[in-house]
Amino acid sequence: MKIVIIKYNAGNIESVNNALNRLGVNAEITADHEKIRNADKVIFPGVGEASTTMDYLRKHKLDELIVSLKQPVLGICLGLQLMCSHSEEGDTKCLGIFDEKVKRFVPEPGKEYITKVPHMGWNSITGLKSNLFTKELENKYVYFVHSYYAGIGKDTAATCNYIVPFSAALQKNNFYATQFHPEKSGEIGARILKNFLEI
Amino acid sequence: MLAKRIIPCLDIRNGQTVKGINFVDIKEVGDPVELGAKYAADGADELVFLDITATHEGRKTFVELVKRIAAHLNIPFTVGGGISELSDADKLLSAGADKISINSSAVRNPQLIDDLAKSFGSQFVVVAIDARGNENNHWTVTVNGGRIPTEKELFSWAKEAEDRGAGEILFTSMNHDGTKNGFANEQLSQLADSLKIPIIASGGAGTEEHFVDVFTKGKADAGLAASIFHYNEIPIPELKNYLREKGIVVR
Repeated sequence: MKIVIIKYNAGNIESVNNALNRLGVNAEITADHEKIRNADKVIFPGVGEASTTMDYLRKHKLDELIVSLKQPVLGICLGLQLMCSHSEEGDTKCLGIFDEKVKRFVPEPGKEYITKVPHMGWNSITGLKSNLFTKELENKYVYFVHSYYAGIGKDTAATCNYIVPFSAALQKNNFYATQFHPEKSGEIGARILKNFLEI
Repeated sequence: MLAKRIIPCLDIRNGQTVKGINFVDIKEVGDPVELGAKYAADGADELVFLDITATHEGRKTFVELVKRIAAHLNIPFTVGGGISELSDADKLLSAGADKISINSSAVRNPQLIDDLAKSFGSQFVVVAIDARGNENNHWTVTVNGGRIPTEKELFSWAKEAEDRGAGEILFTSMNHDGTKNGFANEQLSQLADSLKIPIIASGGAGTEEHFVDVFTKGKADAGLAASIFHYNEIPIPELKNYLREKGIVVR
């Protein structure tokens, strides 16, 4: 099985590769269109800022490539947000794979425990759909670090609650995405990555 | 709901953990990678690796170690010690660290916080503050492992760090550190009320009850400790069960 991690100007790419290696899988980190198109599975990770990242993707025509992919694609964190239609971060038009708009968390002063932005740490996921998840993962904790979120909609595949309910995961056709970091989410995250590899 | 975090801290010198450890199921007790993996398997939510190596050679060893940690560990980890410029942080980020912690260098050069946050994002920058309180409840920020007092005061410095872009504050009370008599809950609670970023409490952990207190009275987001975990005085799975029984949300 050929697995490709899309290389672009984002942090955290090595972490995803490390997590795949722990599952005994080797991935290639590349921006080569031909290699990405021919891979069995494509991972689109990311830590960064939406508008500069979209500019980079457009400049390298990776935007057109990603939306045209037919094999299973997994977006992670910023990857999920860029797969939505629009992000408030830098008022950015995104890839439009998921029909969701990405908004910034607005802290609620005075409400203890849920007032801080970014949403950082371990939180539980519920309402699991899609073959990214198996039943026993319901209510399990995964690791999040983000200030922006995609709301709940028809593509929502997992829900998390922080200030508001938001999409912890999205799925539409061959496109999968998690707002959390499976590569940093311990055994649970490893299982989710494994599920993706087995799709 | 967002879970409260339990964070073991490991001191590293020349690539080895410093404190003696009594775990029977670990072959190489000095190996930070193996110890870190054990903590992760036990349910630690994050780890902090603090490099206390002074030499240049040792620093290179640490970067290599961070690479090995990143390859093996499946939970987030912070590295600290000796980070005084962007290039130090960049090396550690490239090696796979999720966050870096700065302490004395931020006190000497507060602009470093702005620069790091701008270059790598606030979520990458933990500002560690070691402070000592006097009988008038004035908390003086100290550097060099608590040895040198500075002009700065805890609450204003923490606020400044937040304003400059720190993503988290790691507050160690030098009055409580090593006492095992509980965390500095009064000061922690005051910090929680005045800051919008998460607070990691450090110094004073001795019992499971102390962690209940630090999350309720101290309003901390995370509790950090070293020796009670290294000597297995409080196994993490037991601590988590205890916290759960007391109604604290943990993973």
